[in-house]
Amino acid sequence: MFLISPKQLRQFGIIGMNQRNFGLVARYNPRRLYPLVDDKLKTKLLAQKAGVTVPKLLGTLLYQHDVRELEELLTAYDEFVIKPVKGSGGKGILVISRREHNFYFKPSGDMLSLIEIKRHVSNILSGLHSLGGKPDTVMIESLIKLDPVFSGYSYEGVPDLRVIVLKGYPVMAMLRLATHASDGRANLHQGAVGVGIDIGTGNALHAVQFGKPVHRHPDTRKAFTELSIPHWDKLLSLAAACYEMTGLGYLGVDIVLDRDQGPMIIELNARPGLSIQIANNAGLLPRIKMVEALQYIDPNPESRVDFSKKFFSANPSPQSVPRTEHAHSNDLALQ
Amino acid sequence: MQATSRLYTLVLLIMIAGIGLILYKHLALGFPLLPDEKKLVWIVEAKIDFTAHDDPIKVSFALPPKNPDMIFLNEDFASPDYGFSELKLKTGRRAQWSKRKADGPQTFFYRLSVYKNDRIAAAHTADRPHEPIEPEFDDVLKTAATALLNQARNKSADIETFTRELIKSLNTESPTQNQSLLINNQSNADEKTNLLVSLLAMEGISARIVRGLFLEGGRRRQSLANFIEVHDGTRWILFNQDTGRSGLPDNFLIWQRGGQSLLDVVGGTNSRVSFSIIENVQSSRDLVLGDFQDKQAGGIIDFSIYSLPIEQQNAFKLILLLPIGALVVVVMRLLIGIRTSGTFMPVLISLALIETTLVAGIIMFLIVVSAGLIIRSYLSHLNLLLVARISAVIIVVIAIMASISVISHKLGLSQALTVTFFPLIILAWTIERMSVLWEEDGPKEVFIQGAGSLITAIVAYLFMTNHIIEYLSFNFPELMLVNLALILILGQYTGYRLTELYRFKSLIKQNVSDKP
Repeated sequence: MFLISPKQLRQFGIIGMNQRNFGLVARYNPRRLYPLVDDKLKTKLLAQKAGVTVPKLLGTLLYQHDVRELEELLTAYDEFVIKPVKGSGGKGILVISRREHNFYFKPSGDMLSLIEIKRHVSNILSGLHSLGGKPDTVMIESLIKLDPVFSGYSYEGVPDLRVIVLKGYPVMAMLRLATHASDGRANLHQGAVGVGIDIGTGNALHAVQFGKPVHRHPDTRKAFTELSIPHWDKLLSLAAACYEMTGLGYLGVDIVLDRDQGPMIIELNARPGLSIQIANNAGLLPRIKMVEALQYIDPNPESRVDFSKKFFSANPSPQSVPRTEHAHSNDLALQ
Repeated sequence: MQATSRLYTLVLLIMIAGIGLILYKHLALGFPLLPDEKKLVWIVEAKIDFTAHDDPIKVSFALPPKNPDMIFLNEDFASPDYGFSELKLKTGRRAQWSKRKADGPQTFFYRLSVYKNDRIAAAHTADRPHEPIEPEFDDVLKTAATALLNQARNKSADIETFTRELIKSLNTESPTQNQSLLINNQSNADEKTNLLVSLLAMEGISARIVRGLFLEGGRRRQSLANFIEVHDGTRWILFNQDTGRSGLPDNFLIWQRGGQSLLDVVGGTNSRVSFSIIENVQSSRDLVLGDFQDKQAGGIIDFSIYSLPIEQQNAFKLILLLPIGALVVVVMRLLIGIRTSGTFMPVLISLALIETTLVAGIIMFLIVVSAGLIIRSYLSHLNLLLVARISAVIIVVIAIMASISVISHKLGLSQALTVTFFPLIILAWTIERMSVLWEEDGPKEVFIQGAGSLITAIVAYLFMTNHIIEYLSFNFPELMLVNLALILILGQYTGYRLTELYRFKSLIKQNVSDKP
């Protein structure tokens, strides 16, 4: 069959683009709060203030004439990431993982001269990668070190986790793995693999590439069945805490795992995409309805994570099903 | 919930206002809803010939009275070197030409376009009749007339039936002695009318001669037909003096009432009037408009686009199509889910396509954009700032457009010249966006968004060039309100997009295969 019927999609509880824009983004995310997440520098400062772990900021460049200072700024570092502050969807991010004298190397092994890096920075400053082509700021961050748990699951670049947080409750999670096809980017549109992660356990559930199910990483051939995310509770708490931090009710939180420092927030998104449903092979709607039915939002991120782990687990253990339902009704009765 | 009900109230109000205005214009002002409603327009031309003899000339010609069942579109008078004035006398309108000296054959033209008014019921002329003047017949004729009148009186009940009987008896195939005595004297139509008026006057009935023209297309050298109008005490009744039938015939233009002459020529001889009639089909919208401009009556029309000069009206024709394009974009994006580069760029592209025609426009668009993309990718190696880069792209686009125009002109392809109709900024911007997209998301995304924009533009183009839609959007700008209401409703649509039914289709496969 070429198309799926709308009735079946509704049965699976799939959220469509229109419903996302109307029922979630427009409803829970006041426009005035967008700059907090569209501007990565603001997000970073906000997160630091809230005590949330973020990659270390090495420097910022505001104007074209700052480009001259780039060389001096970079002398101290052999590995770093250059990002546009207002870029979206991973646009304009340059990762340098190695340096030899005046030559810089991307994780793919491509060699760049300082002039080429300067050009990239200049492009960012003139707004090539920002929303609407507005002049932008460059920020330079420390490079995240790949957690060994992901070795064999990533082709260049560090995988990141996308957690959808509704009113502070993590509702769905997905791991995005760069592939050769996606040119080392963790963007599903470009062929990165999306792995649905069980909110309850942090285990891999299901994986897709180009909208089709896959069982092994297309480049490394490593099966996803054994994949389990470490620091899962801490990671969910970090994501849940972003609700208080930003005030945005419908949030996509991008988290990376650093070998040494554990989970770190790298980006927030006020308009997270819908591919996560395909990666999880499940619709968002039932979970969203459950959170919306709550009359009281727990102010403690850890308690919210407990709630999410209990109710949004993909495979609740048989005996826990009646219990959770019972607990749920109790919760409501308490309000 | 409250916001939703408020929105629906608003939508309802806008909808009612829009549809109400459209209905008012259609029903009350007579604007046709479809463009192919045509009306028959007759162009009547009266040609006046006479010979002048080096004397002062004064020509007076009766003009048809304006009445509600025939609407005059325009009147033209053509006369070489004559002084001209239009007189409004009690007896009717007359045209007057004058000249100090003229010699030889002279020709004047009077041209009139009329069409029939179907809406307003014919109003009768309200003027009061004069007292009938007793005619002077000699004894023999008087006896015959009295006998005829008696006969008609016996067979009738009132003035209307009496007149009909009298006309019938005068037109009978086998006349009696009395009838032939009266009729033999009267050879032509004018004299027959005069006889009828005299006979009716003997009976004490006011009657007058009415001259008019049967409007039939392609007739030349026609003359006016004589009718007789009888006052029955309350109103005038028109009779055909040859058949006795009462009432105004179809397609009959009354030219003159009463016994005044049709044409008076002072200072000339051999004067003659002949009429020719041409049938013409015009859209009734033009007629309605002309009608209202004439009367200065349509309040809505006075404050509408029609009050603008023609040139600006034409500009508005295009602008009024934009909401249709916007609706198409909303449908394509919200219901179908086609990704376009820029929200309303497709509408602008389709506007350009209207100027260039579809196929030529698309080919030109593809050539210019792909050539621009190649050059843009070269420019990106030069490490330029954004503004400088876009400016460079614009210049390159102009160069491409110029060379396409020149080359195609040399090859004899005139269509390619239309490339200049593409707004430059749109092309440059498209190229810029596409090349950024190419760098960031790869050629696939460029292809998807470029094709999406072009498909949306083509669909918008097809709607915007549709004859009926074009007609409606210009003649019923109120349609914009309906359009607005539709867009507001679509803004509430939270269901799935068509492309999402494809995007999420892998879900069903897995869910089905998971369950053995």
